[in-house]
Amino acid sequence: MHPILEALLLSAGYNSALVAIGAGLLGAAAGAVGTFLFLRKRSLVSDAISHATLPGIGLAFILMVALGGDGRNLLGLMAGSAVTAWLGLTLVEWASRRTRLAEDAAIGAVLSVFFGFGIVLLTVIQGMSAGKQAGLQGYLLGSTAGMLLQDAVVIAVGGLLAAAVVVLLRRPMTLVSFDPEFAAAAGYDVRRIDLAMLGLVMAVTVVGLKLVGLVLIVALLIIPPVTARFWTNRSDVAVLLSAAFGAVSGYVGSSISASAPDLPTGPIIVLSCFALFAVSLLFAPDRGVVASLVRHRRFQLKVHRRQGLLALAHGEPIYDRLTLSVLKRGGYLRPDGVPTDLGRDQAAHAYWDERRWEVARRIHQAEALAGRYDGLTPMEAVFTADEIAAIDRQLGPVSPAGRT
Amino acid sequence: MTPDGSAAKVVEEDPGLPLAVRGMTVAYGEKPVVFSVDARFPAQSMTAIIGPNGAGKSTLLKATLGVVPSLSGSVSVYGQPIAKARHRIAYVPQRASVDWDFPARVVDVVAMGLYRELGLLGMVSRKQRATLMHCLERVNMADFAGRQIGQLSGGQQQRVFLARALAQNADLYLLDEPFAGVDAATERAIIDVLKGLKAERRTIVSVHHDLSTVTDYFDRVLLLNIRKIAEGPTATTFTAANLQATYGGRLAATQINDLGLAHAGA
Ligand SMILES: Nc1ncnc2c1ncn2[C@@H]1O[C@H](COP(=O)(O)OP(=O)(O)OP(=O)(O)O)[C@@H](O)[C@H]1O
Ligand SMILES: [Mg+2]
Repeated sequence: MHPILEALLLSAGYNSALVAIGAGLLGAAAGAVGTFLFLRKRSLVSDAISHATLPGIGLAFILMVALGGDGRNLLGLMAGSAVTAWLGLTLVEWASRRTRLAEDAAIGAVLSVFFGFGIVLLTVIQGMSAGKQAGLQGYLLGSTAGMLLQDAVVIAVGGLLAAAVVVLLRRPMTLVSFDPEFAAAAGYDVRRIDLAMLGLVMAVTVVGLKLVGLVLIVALLIIPPVTARFWTNRSDVAVLLSAAFGAVSGYVGSSISASAPDLPTGPIIVLSCFALFAVSLLFAPDRGVVASLVRHRRFQLKVHRRQGLLALAHGEPIYDRLTLSVLKRGGYLRPDGVPTDLGRDQAAHAYWDERRWEVARRIHQAEALAGRYDGLTPMEAVFTADEIAAIDRQLGPVSPAGRT
Repeated sequence: MTPDGSAAKVVEEDPGLPLAVRGMTVAYGEKPVVFSVDARFPAQSMTAIIGPNGAGKSTLLKATLGVVPSLSGSVSVYGQPIAKARHRIAYVPQRASVDWDFPARVVDVVAMGLYRELGLLGMVSRKQRATLMHCLERVNMADFAGRQIGQLSGGQQQRVFLARALAQNADLYLLDEPFAGVDAATERAIIDVLKGLKAERRTIVSVHHDLSTVTDYFDRVLLLNIRKIAEGPTATTFTAANLQATYGGRLAATQINDLGLAHAGA
């Protein structure tokens, strides 16, 4: 069997199967949390959080070595990264609240300073005797190489816990994202809920560092929600879809990377995310590019057909080339431009429909009904036969011009 | 300041009194926009809060709810601090500052009024779904239940937020200009809903701008311009003199005369 296929089917060994499952759970949590961040329009905060983890990793490593332990202990590194991530987050909050700095500027400043400091620490560690084989570089772009069984378990459990908290907080987070003022009036503590949201982002980031790497983990928080938005108009559905997209990306990406150990994991996961995004962008049924092109074209043809028929009914000349070609292709006009029987009949019908709508809009005040008038929808699609008969009585016995 | 800063000081109040505000002062920066306002809103009353643009009407409502922090003042709702009585209040903001591209349908927005009832994990039951539709029907929006909220006109959006407040099934309704930007038929429908609420023994407080309808719609008024100018039954408080005091030179004498009110001392 091909190694990639083997990895996808979880038959490439117990260890990499567990890593793939862990990555799937992490992806699901990231997708779900990321949706709320996206809805709250704060996606970029996650970038500051993830870059702010780097100095924490370095400091934790140095501390663990200094205490005579193994500097590579995942839980230790996670704890260290959480501390500086929290510090970075607090700085962003403080700077945008207390100074004239807007949040995006604060994010940029914190992100670059923390990342720069982290890189300096990594260089220092390279020079330490214990630092050579530390493999801390793996935390930049993620790797499955040398991942221990317990590391995979930590990632899986972390992802699961984060997902569980999202389930618990989904309503408050939705409310705060949609309408913070109403949320506050209804007694929700907006600040605390925002903090919880960012806390979740931090948890996902810290848990995913080893696997996805801190440079690219934002992608797992941002791309799945954006992808999900193409498929739905409901926030609860968007959260589920986004979690599913994140899970698939994490699972597939880490499987591929495990089967080719030279490939860093983060970029592969991000490319999987992007593949789903590209497919959605093009082919999503409602908001996808193809669907909206097709819909627009259909609509355009419908408008031209209707306008052309009304012009025929009024005996007006038609100059628009598209209108002419639509009418000819529909068999309403002969190639020489003379209306066919079908054309005359349909023109009369369109004219009659227009008159009926005029009456309908006058007698039916109901907004939803009158709102259906767009110059295109046929009467029969909206009103019952009885209602149409009533409208015709108002129009009187005179048959409209052109009606045979 | 805590989000409930407005409730920092608790006053003993009658549990039958839906809302009492005492000594409320709110400032943005160093400039007080509501100054030392006392007001009481009795049960089953319909009160209009009236005053010129920038008089602090919206701010008074928001500070009452603790949405904006107050410098001083206390609020009691049915004799309790507001933190304990929030489930009895529904609020419709002036122009909801929401993201209209948010992935939510009309019915999802109304369902937000049920969040408290649902708790963190509860599911919307069939009965609650019927309630949601009923709330939409009351504001004539049932036909739009499945629409994305961004695809509504301003007046329709306003009605969806009113439906959300109805879904909260509160005892005290605080509305900030519910009639802004709605057509005459809708205004009629909304006022019928509000009078229906009143008939169900609920209490309504509404910021209102159209002086010509005050006497028809409301039985009490609170005239406000940073300070409270007057408060009481419409018949005795909504007078030309009080309006002049509230609006100052902004309201021409002829405009007040057109309202056909009794002149002070007349
Ligand atoms: N967030 C804010 N920051 C600073 N000043 C504010 C803020 N909101 C309102 N103000 C100021 O406070 C004053 C009162 O505003 P408020 O919205 O309460 O007025 P209002 O009576 O509701 O007016 P309107 O009739 O226009 O709705 C105004 O002068 C306004 O400029
Ligand atoms: Mg206002």
